Amino acid sequence: MNPVSKDNFTVTHALSCKNISRSYGKVKALGNISFDVEPGEIFGVIGPDGAGKSTLFRILTTLLLPDSGSASVEGFDVVSDYKKIRKIVGYMPGRFSLYQDLTVEENLRIFATLFNTTIEENYYLIKDIYSQIEPFKKRMAGALSGGMKQKLALSCALIHKPSILFLDEPTTGIDPVSRKELWEMLRKLKSQGITIIVSTPYMDEASLCDRIALIQNGEFLKIDTPKAIVESFGRRLISVKGDNMGLLLKRLREIPGVISCFAFGDSHHVTTERDGNSADSLTADSLRFALEKQGHTNIEITPVEANIEDCFMELIAR
Amino acid sequence: MKVIEVENLTKKFGSFTAVDNISFSVEKGEIFGFLGANGAGKTTAMRMLCGLLSPTSGKGVVAGYDILHDSEKVKASIGYMSQKFALYEDLKVWENIRLYAGIYGVSEKETRERTQLLLAELGFEKERNSLVKSLPLGWRQKLAFSVSIFHNPSIVFLDEPTGGVDPVTRRQFWEMIYQASERGITVFVTTHYMDEAEYCNRVSIMVDGRIDALDSPASLRKEFGAADMDEVFRKLARKSKNNGL
Repeated sequence: MNPVSKDNFTVTHALSCKNISRSYGKVKALGNISFDVEPGEIFGVIGPDGAGKSTLFRILTTLLLPDSGSASVEGFDVVSDYKKIRKIVGYMPGRFSLYQDLTVEENLRIFATLFNTTIEENYYLIKDIYSQIEPFKKRMAGALSGGMKQKLALSCALIHKPSILFLDEPTTGIDPVSRKELWEMLRKLKSQGITIIVSTPYMDEASLCDRIALIQNGEFLKIDTPKAIVESFGRRLISVKGDNMGLLLKRLREIPGVISCFAFGDSHHVTTERDGNSADSLTADSLRFALEKQGHTNIEITPVEANIEDCFMELIAR
Repeated sequence: MKVIEVENLTKKFGSFTAVDNISFSVEKGEIFGFLGANGAGKTTAMRMLCGLLSPTSGKGVVAGYDILHDSEKVKASIGYMSQKFALYEDLKVWENIRLYAGIYGVSEKETRERTQLLLAELGFEKERNSLVKSLPLGWRQKLAFSVSIFHNPSIVFLDEPTGGVDPVTRRQFWEMIYQASERGITVFVTTHYMDEAEYCNRVSIMVDGRIDALDSPASLRKEFGAADMDEVFRKLARKSKNNGL
């Protein structure tokens, strides 16, 4: 069977998901998820643990049936065409799932053989990643460090040259430097034409995706480019620094007109109405005045642009 | 008053030196961030400080007890929680509290009274009889932290307590850390979120088993000419011979 909608009038999505829902007993894991991913995109599904990311990935990789809704991958239906999908997707689950008692090379060879190919045939695709662990190819997979396991798992997910790659939380528990390396690898894979769907709880990774979906409690809060999401932030955002940051946090929350205040690294992020006209409407200047009146010292106030984490926090507060 | 004092602490596994001659101390009530790349030796160092692993050489005193000779007393004086394991999922909320309180020798009467208080503080009264596995991750982590300091330890070790937690709950969690610190509990915490490094009084960064930097976040930023802790971390980790392997 040929992929559907290959005529001249409809665009073929790499992935299309319509009203997917899934519950486990009484617990609703996913509710009415709809989205499309275009060929060659890096699409990020971003949200905390328990938001439904893995359930979504398992449905899209044909490992779990949805309760309702439909989804297709490269035009193939996830329920009726599951065998075809399994041949063309690469999947790296959140939990390390390789054979711990086989060596690095044996794991890779098994995956290549299962997909009717050889390491040699598609070596060019994994070269950048696999060459870093190749010196340890005789080592048992179970004896690898976290970073090495990740590289092996990614190599195994790629060795059959999938057209679409699903990575479920590839950077969880990985230090900031290794995280950056992994994202650089994903950019390279994208340049080879592979569509990548990746989930992460780290909001700062959003900017590395072409488009993202923010997910919480089984629902997408928003789907767009990271830039558009940041630009649609509905409030005025002000960064505040000063002496005694702990006390400052409490006091800021008590000031009328402050909608929310949270710590953001070395400063606090305060949100207020963007275009409020009421007497409570706060600007950077009136905020400074209020704090100085309370006796706070060394106050630094800067209007700032929201980042994805600010946006996520605003969306879940609604 | 020093709650942790470590001198030339070393741990070798065969020919591999996991922790290489580290020395530092932590003051009472301090929030101490313990950072490092994967494989830098954080977990090994932490296991030694908790009395779970004997050092190859060097000395450590935690909560007034020698980690080699008085490891049982060390264990009784500290609290511990990690992202991976903290509470029993198939026990109810109150059962988890009672279990941990009992293990650490808190009397039944005190446990009963303070359980009420704790659940009220957390706003969890309704969840008293819920199984822990039915709670959202963020709630579980907040509860786990409260349980880990229920016996009023002089120090609590937190191993990536906020991994995967949503951004709002992650910040509420840090506000709980501040409250514990105000009560005089020393907090020793690891994290991969570099914004959280800013919330610590002091931060140490491990590279290849050594502590290559130790200071307040502001001083470290200045020392390394970095805009934020993420940049400090990257500059240091680049020196590693292991390259994340």
